[in-house]
Order: sequence, then structure tokens, then C-alpha cells
Amino acid sequence: MSLPSAAQEALAAFQQAGSWEQRARLLMQWGERLAPLLDAERSESQRVHGCESQVWLVAEVQDDHWQFRATSDARLIRGLLAVLLTRVNGLNSSELQTVDLADWFAQLGLARQLSPSRSNGLSAVLQRMRELALSRSG
Amino acid sequence: MSLISPWRADFPGILALEAEGQTYLDSAATAQKPQAVLDALLGYYAGGAANVHRAQHLPGERATRAFEGARSHIAHWLNAADLTQIVLTRGATEAFNLLAYGLEAEFQPGDEIVISALEHHANLLPWQQLALRRQLKLIVLPLDRSGLIDLEQAARLIGPRTRLLAVSQLSNVLGCWQPLRELIQLAQAQGALCVVDGAQGVVHGRHDMQALGCDFYVFSSHKLYGPDGVGVLYGRPDALQRLQHWQFGGEMVRVADYQAAEFHSAPLGFEAGTPPIAGVIALGASLDYLAGLDAAAVSGHEAALHAKLLAGLAVREGIRLLGAPQVALASFVVDGVHNADLAHLLTEQGIAVRAGHHCAMPLLKSLGLAGAIRVSLGLYNDGEDLQRFFAALDQALELLR
Repeated sequence: MSLPSAAQEALAAFQQAGSWEQRARLLMQWGERLAPLLDAERSESQRVHGCESQVWLVAEVQDDHWQFRATSDARLIRGLLAVLLTRVNGLNSSELQTVDLADWFAQLGLARQLSPSRSNGLSAVLQRMRELALSRSG
Repeated sequence: MSLISPWRADFPGILALEAEGQTYLDSAATAQKPQAVLDALLGYYAGGAANVHRAQHLPGERATRAFEGARSHIAHWLNAADLTQIVLTRGATEAFNLLAYGLEAEFQPGDEIVISALEHHANLLPWQQLALRRQLKLIVLPLDRSGLIDLEQAARLIGPRTRLLAVSQLSNVLGCWQPLRELIQLAQAQGALCVVDGAQGVVHGRHDMQALGCDFYVFSSHKLYGPDGVGVLYGRPDALQRLQHWQFGGEMVRVADYQAAEFHSAPLGFEAGTPPIAGVIALGASLDYLAGLDAAAVSGHEAALHAKLLAGLAVREGIRLLGAPQVALASFVVDGVHNADLAHLLTEQGIAVRAGHHCAMPLLKSLGLAGAIRVSLGLYNDGEDLQRFFAALDQALELLR
């Protein structure tokens, strides 16, 4: 399956970043692009726990294609969420179970952000996405 | 003035991290170990491991002697009157749980346990859960502006129903010495037991248990440059007598039958199962190493580093310290900057500091903060570590602002 165009764009941008500063700047820029959440959507039930910062995740599914929106109170986490969403939005439930996000972040030069000791919560976000997809398909 | 640590070369871990481009400033979480500790671990295993307190054979006798030798070192380090006052656990957290279970029979519904607002979860949750099991009241002593337990309020809150006081000697978030003597006096005037969390305090200065006068003192090996998996519980003889046994099995038993058993008193009766033998022996080696250092030089170095850390934070705009740290560490937040963002960018630059709630969630909440960055120092840190930290901090803040 070919990557969605937003994911291709992210890949091109991040693969050109040669330093940690450039990656950080890119993350902050991508974070600005996240579709905003309504105040009502930033509720406790949408909160993803296991993050040092606050992260909210809203999911919609149409014809078994998932669209997620997410945000955080931390800027770099917003960037990480943005590049995560480019990869998962539009996937169906079974694709969501198998998508290799470690590989995706590695391609972006952000592999360490997914490691288990990181408390930025990306793993928890992914876990929540998969649970949602499972509960719909089951 | 350049600040050189003459002891840095004794710590292979700090040198390895430096070679990897990592500046380690998280010693309040766990400390690097001196070569002497690594040698002791290897020496025990490579020389032939054996269980303690069981076997009559030579390896068993040797292991038992080394293990009990370490206990005696620990007793000496704390100026305990006798080595039977040292109970070895698998960590400080386990020692607090031992106390909370072992003392459970001391409490009647409505009795009060007093802790402070700055307690680490290890010295909060065992008491909180005991209070819930026994319908006790958990009283939380508030802090003053500089992060010290407020003695005036403490005098009001420690009362006739107080059965136990459990407080930290040195906060792992605020870095200030608590007024222990006054608090212990207040508690003892009510006939309450006093438990001191020495996990941070024990690392910065020698503390004389007989002078301090608490009933129990708890610390962990891994913060005191020893291996992880070992905790120490010091107890006064009369206080140790009040403990009920809590974990069963192994050599803690004196006589066992199918339907009943009798148990040893402290310390062995509270060391169920095979203890962390290598770790205990290596903790002894760590104390040996520390005892060989010039204590005044160590505390002078730590004080100079700490002063430099505080001065560097003070000249940077928008940095807010938590409390008024006196030693070892500084926790801070930056106006308008999320601590997760700052932590992310410090990590990118190889700066190993701690971000988050530091196992003291209620304290951070009471300060109105979701988290903070903590820089903490060991005796092996030097002025260059701090320079690298400040350079990285400036870079990170420039990007984020």
C-alpha cells in the first residue's frame, strides 16, 4: 500500500532534517497543523493516560476507515501526534492492528520516541487506537 | 572556578556515559557505582556463590561472613548500637511496606498516622493503604513557602491520637533538610513511633541514629552508590520488638510444623527467603569506599556544585525553583514552557535529567504543577557537567520560545 500524501510529505521533510534542532523545529511546525479539538472533546474520556503531558485522542470511523484527531498541551508531543496521524488516518481496522509504527518513526529519524521507557505516551496512544479498532471490529 | 571531582575516575559508569555523550544528572533517581562495588559483585559470584545462614560448608560460611560483615558496616555507618538493629530488605519501598504491615496491630480505628505533604510515594502509599485497611486517619503536615514542614502546624496536628509519624529527612523534589529533631520530639511527646525516610538524606552526610532518636530509619542502597535490590531498615531495639512478622519462608523461621511455626526476632525474622546476598555485600563495599573518602571534601564539592547549579538557574529568565533547595538537587519549571517539551530537547542533547512528578504526585499537584525538571548531583559530577547542562538548556529554551 502506498503512503497517504501527508505521510509522504512528512517523510520527505523529516528525512532532510540533519540535526536534532531541525527535527525539533519540524515537529513544532507539524504540531501546529493538527486539526483543533473542541473543548468538549478534550474530556477525561478522550484522555490517553500514560503520558507525562496531557494527550487527547478522538476517533471517527466511516466504512471501516479510521480518522483520528489528537492534541496535547506539549508542543513536541503535538508534532509527534501529527506525524503519527499522517500514517494511520484512513487505515481500516485490520490495517491499524498491523501497521508498523516503529518502522514509521524510524524512517522519520524519530525511532527513540517510541521506546518503552519514554513517557511521552506515543505507545499509549497507539495502544488506544488499536483497542478502539478491535472493539469496533469485534 | 572549575569544579573537578577527584572521585569521578572511580566510577566507570559515569565515564562510560560521558564517552557516549551522556551527561548524567539524575543521581537522586539512582547513582552510578564505584569500581569497588563492581569488584565486590564480581568477586562474590566469580569466587563461588553460596546461600547465607543455612549451610555448614565453606562457601556458605564465607558468604554468610561477608553478608554479616556488610550488616556490621551498615550498623557502623549509621552509628547503630548493634548490628541486630539492621534489617536488610529488597529495597526502601519494601522496608516501608514491612513497617506498614508489621506495625498494623498497633493501630485501632480512629488512630492517626502523620506524614508530610512532600512524601515520596514509597513513604505515602503503604501508610495510606494501612489507614484504609484499619480505618485510621492519615494526617498530612503542610509545608511552608520554602518547602519545609511547617512546625507550628505540625505542633497542632500531631496529637494524642497520633500513633506514628513518617517523614522524609531530605525531599527528593525540594532538596531541603526537614526539621526532624523538632518533629520527632513532637511525636515522641505523644508516644508515637517515628519513621524517617532517609533515601535522599543518607546520600548527603553521615547521620547518627542514636543522636537522631527516631524509631526507624529507611534507605536504599542504589542511591548510596550501591547496587539496586537492597534496602536498609534501621530500628531501635524496642521498636523492632513491636513488629509482627509479615513475610514468611526461608530462614526467618525458628521452628516449623505443619500447623504452626515460631519465628526469629529481628533482623533474621524479617528477612524471609534468600536475601539479595551479592547486593548486600556490594553495599558494604560501597560504604567502605565512601568511608575512605575525605567527607569534608565530598560535602564541600557537592556544596560548590549545588551553588553553581542554583546560580546558573537564577540568572536565566523565567525559571522558577520549587522550594529552596539546600543540597544535592534542584527542581524547576520554566514560565510558558511545558516541562515535557524541555525534557524532550534536553534528552536530544544527551542531558540525563528527570522530568515529571518524581514519585510525589500529590506534592506536585499541591504546587499546582503537572511536572518539573529535576537536576540532581552525585559526588562524581563536575563543573563541566553543569556547563553542558546549561548550554543544552539555553539551546532548548531558544528553540521553544
